[in-house]
Parts: sequence; structure tokens; C-alpha cells
Amino acid sequence: MSEIKTFEIDFGKVHSERMRLNVGPQHPSTHGVLRLEVELEGEIVTEVVPHIGYLHRCFEKHAENMTYPQVIPYIDRMDYIAAMNNELPYVMGMEKLLDIKVNERIEYIRVICAELNRIANHQLAVATFGLDSGAFTPFLFLFRDREMIITLFERLSGGRLLYNYFWIGGLMHEVPPNFEEDCRAIIKQVRATNAETMNLLIYNKIFIERTANVGILPADVAVNFACSGPVIRGSGVPYDIRKTEPYSIYDRFDFNVCVGRGEVGTVGDCWDRNIVRMEEMEESCKIIEQALEQMPKEPCDVREFVPKRIKPPKGEFYSKAENPKGELGFYIISDGGLKPTRVRSRATSFVNLSVLPEISKGYMVADLIMILGSLDIVLGEIDR
Amino acid sequence: MNAKEIFDSLKAELGDGIIELVEEQHVEPFIVVSADTILEASLVLRDEPQFLFDYMVNLSGVDAKDSFVVVYHLYSMKHKHRIVLKVILSDRENPTIPSVERVWKTANWHEREAFDMFGIIFDGHPNLIRILSPYDWEGYPLRKDYKTPETYKGLKVPY
Repeated sequence: MSEIKTFEIDFGKVHSERMRLNVGPQHPSTHGVLRLEVELEGEIVTEVVPHIGYLHRCFEKHAENMTYPQVIPYIDRMDYIAAMNNELPYVMGMEKLLDIKVNERIEYIRVICAELNRIANHQLAVATFGLDSGAFTPFLFLFRDREMIITLFERLSGGRLLYNYFWIGGLMHEVPPNFEEDCRAIIKQVRATNAETMNLLIYNKIFIERTANVGILPADVAVNFACSGPVIRGSGVPYDIRKTEPYSIYDRFDFNVCVGRGEVGTVGDCWDRNIVRMEEMEESCKIIEQALEQMPKEPCDVREFVPKRIKPPKGEFYSKAENPKGELGFYIISDGGLKPTRVRSRATSFVNLSVLPEISKGYMVADLIMILGSLDIVLGEIDR
Repeated sequence: MNAKEIFDSLKAELGDGIIELVEEQHVEPFIVVSADTILEASLVLRDEPQFLFDYMVNLSGVDAKDSFVVVYHLYSMKHKHRIVLKVILSDRENPTIPSVERVWKTANWHEREAFDMFGIIFDGHPNLIRILSPYDWEGYPLRKDYKTPETYKGLKVPY
């Protein structure tokens, strides 16, 4: 037996230093091409600097060189998850400037499409947020249901994600036969899956541990940063343009504005932002049901009021609507010609992302991914 | 409060800095403010109890050919009223305006975008760098007299 030797190992002086880490631009958890420059103290985030613009194609410059209807397909490509909702404020604003009154049935079809697309967007948001936290199964369920909505939109417009369905003064086509039955089937399926998702994901212990008390956004900070949509409502501020300043025909429906209540943590944490999305899906189902009841049943000529030549008078307006992600507005200036002088889009995700450096300090790197996921950003809209 | 009442009480408070109220057909009524007064006017609009414009919806730069215009869309969460402010910068060579970043934090990114696209300089902004285009980009793309560059860092742009 050899004798036991003892070694003296010098580990040197243990010291810590701040480290700069790049997250992205090509990383699944950044939901697109977003680069986050993160400064770390150990595993604690001390500073976050978002670098955006990787998808920048200067939509606003494009819009200045096109006629008014040609702008709509570009608007689709901003927030490609909820393209129907994107078209709505632009189309409504143009109709206001041109003094066009579309008929009842068109308004109802628009509202139904917008609400269906809101459900599709929230399904994707909740699914990918679950995926960020490591839950894979709800992702499959929610995407299966989202497929039903997308298939319906494909029958409406021919496109699965980018529709160009709302036109200035009307719609592209009348809805296909069986539209009403399809909508009801979707609602039924959405409700069933939501009930399942509540058990499987939302009230799952691991999910609560990951999201409760993480990324708390106080109400006053949310207002000062002009957040909107589920981000501000998660902080307990009941700001929803569909209720505060009803546009289109939203004043005819009975629905609630969902706000975060801090059920498992603090008001304004990641869990609250997520539960607002889950509850909004149910509210959207309610709106669709009421709209299907009230809608005039006779098909109409949806291109009856579409002007042949769109030449709005000199003027300017800010037109806004409640996107699934928040307030989407278009500030359009017309000089009386065929092309707009300026189209400025108040991109929802752009504003919502600007709050990220404020709310992610002091959390761990893994929490940073959860906070980013809970903001539900789309980089196509941020970079425009 | 409607635009007229807001204009009157703002004018009584700040005097000549508040230039005029424009109400035309097809235009949302807006108040023209001089560049020197905008920061003061923003603080008054945010903090005075009759205005309480705590939510800045949008800030946009506009190229009006002979001048630049900065447009502020404001909203009040409590009173639920809206107002539009405009600042006209007639110096095209060196358009400068005080930053309102410390009044509404959301202005930070909006002002960076206006600087990126129009070259409007926001005095007092903590980090006025480009945001959407690359950091070393030359020229301001949304200006009406912008020419698309033929080369980027010595490389020919293909079209």
C-alpha cells in the first residue's frame, strides 16, 4: 500500500467581476431577432440594453411612396401574428377621412375577424410563454386550436397569416358559407382547451414558481412608459380602448376589461400579464357570440362602398384600435394627393419593450427570459 | 376638457410660449407650442390637476418640407381627454428641441427614433443614439430630401 500524500493546492484569490453577456440576436427565447446586452453580477441581472432594428425595412418610407390601399399589405407584415387587428385602425381612419359609412354586416364581420385573431394571438402568446418556462404540452394543444382559426382565415382571404382582408370601404370578399357554424365550433374548442390549459399550465406549481413575483411592473411605471394591452392591464390599470373610447361597433357588446389582481403573487408580475391574456380569450368568445347573434344574416355586396380612386382631402388624423398587444395607432397626414405624406405607426411592441430595462433589474438570467416572454413582443412590429 | 379650454388655461399659465390653437376640418385640433416652452408646458400638462396628461401616446417627427414638426399625442388616464401638441422647428440645418424624457419615460425611445429618422436633436436626452438603423448609418432616411446611398462601407448596394 502506498502512503497517502497530501497536496497543497493554491486556488488563488476568489474574486467576482461584472460580466457582459449577449442574448440573441438568433435565439428562440428572444421571439425574433432581438439582441439583449445583459450585464451580470454573478447570475443577477444589473443592466439590460435592448438592441433592435435587425428587421428594419423602413415601412414609413415605403408608405410615402405608395397609394393608400397599397399600404395595407405592409401593415399586415408589421405584427404578423395579428394582421387583422393591424388593418383595422388604418382602414377605420381612412374611412373617417373619406366620410365613408360601411354597412352593418361589414362592421360585424370585421369585429368577428378581429376578435378571432385576438384569440389566435393570445393562444400563441400563452403557448410560447409556457414553452419559455419549459412546458411543452400546452404549446401543442394551443397551436392545434390556433390552426382552426388560421384555416378559417385562409378560407376568408387566401392567406394564413397575412390577409389584406379589410379594404378601405369594405372587405375583400363576402364570408364563405358555414362561417357562422365554423365560428361556433372554434369558440367551443377554444373554451375546452382553455379550461385544460388552466389546469395544465396556469395553476401548475412549477409555472407559478417561475412567474409569480417576477418582473413586477407597478401601475405608475406602466403609465409613465405608456404600456398598453395586457401589459398595462396586468398591472391593474383598466385601460382598454374598446371600452374607454369605443370604436367601430364595440359599444354594442357586453364584455369585461380583465385586469391583474395579484392572485398568486404581486399585482403586475409575469403571472398576472399571462392570466389577463387567458381571460381575454373568454371575453373575445363572448363578443363573437353576441356578434353572431346580432349580425344581419343576408349577404351583402362587400365592395359596394370601396372607392375606385382614393384621394382623401387635405388633413391629418390619429386613428387607434386595441390590438391584442395593446394600443396600435396610425398618425396619417394627407396633402390631398394620391399618396400619404407621412404614415407614422405607434407600434405597440416597440413601446412595450422599452419598459424591459426598467423591470428586469435584480432578477436572474432565467427570469429575464420569462419577463421578455410575458411582454409578448413581435419583432416585425418593433423594427417596422 | 376640450381643446379650446385646454388652450385657454395653458395660455393663461404660460403666456407667449403657447402660440395658437388650430381647428380645421379633417384635422384633430392641435396646439402649437414654441420649442423653448415645450418642456415647461409638458410639466404643467402632466402635473396640474385639471389636465393630468400622464400618458404620452405617441411622439412623431414630421418633415414639412421647409421645417420639421414634432407632434405629441397626449392622453389622460383620469379625465379621459386627449390633446395634440405641435412644435415647429424652422431651422432645417440644426433642428433642436428640449427632450421630454424626464416627463414621460416613454419619450426615450420615441425621441431616439425621431433622431434616427429625421436628425432632430433632443436636448437633454440621456442617450441620444440611433435605434432602428445601424449605429454608423449616415443620413436621415425619412427626410424628404434623403438620397439612398449607393455604397455601404465601400460595398456597392446591389440595386
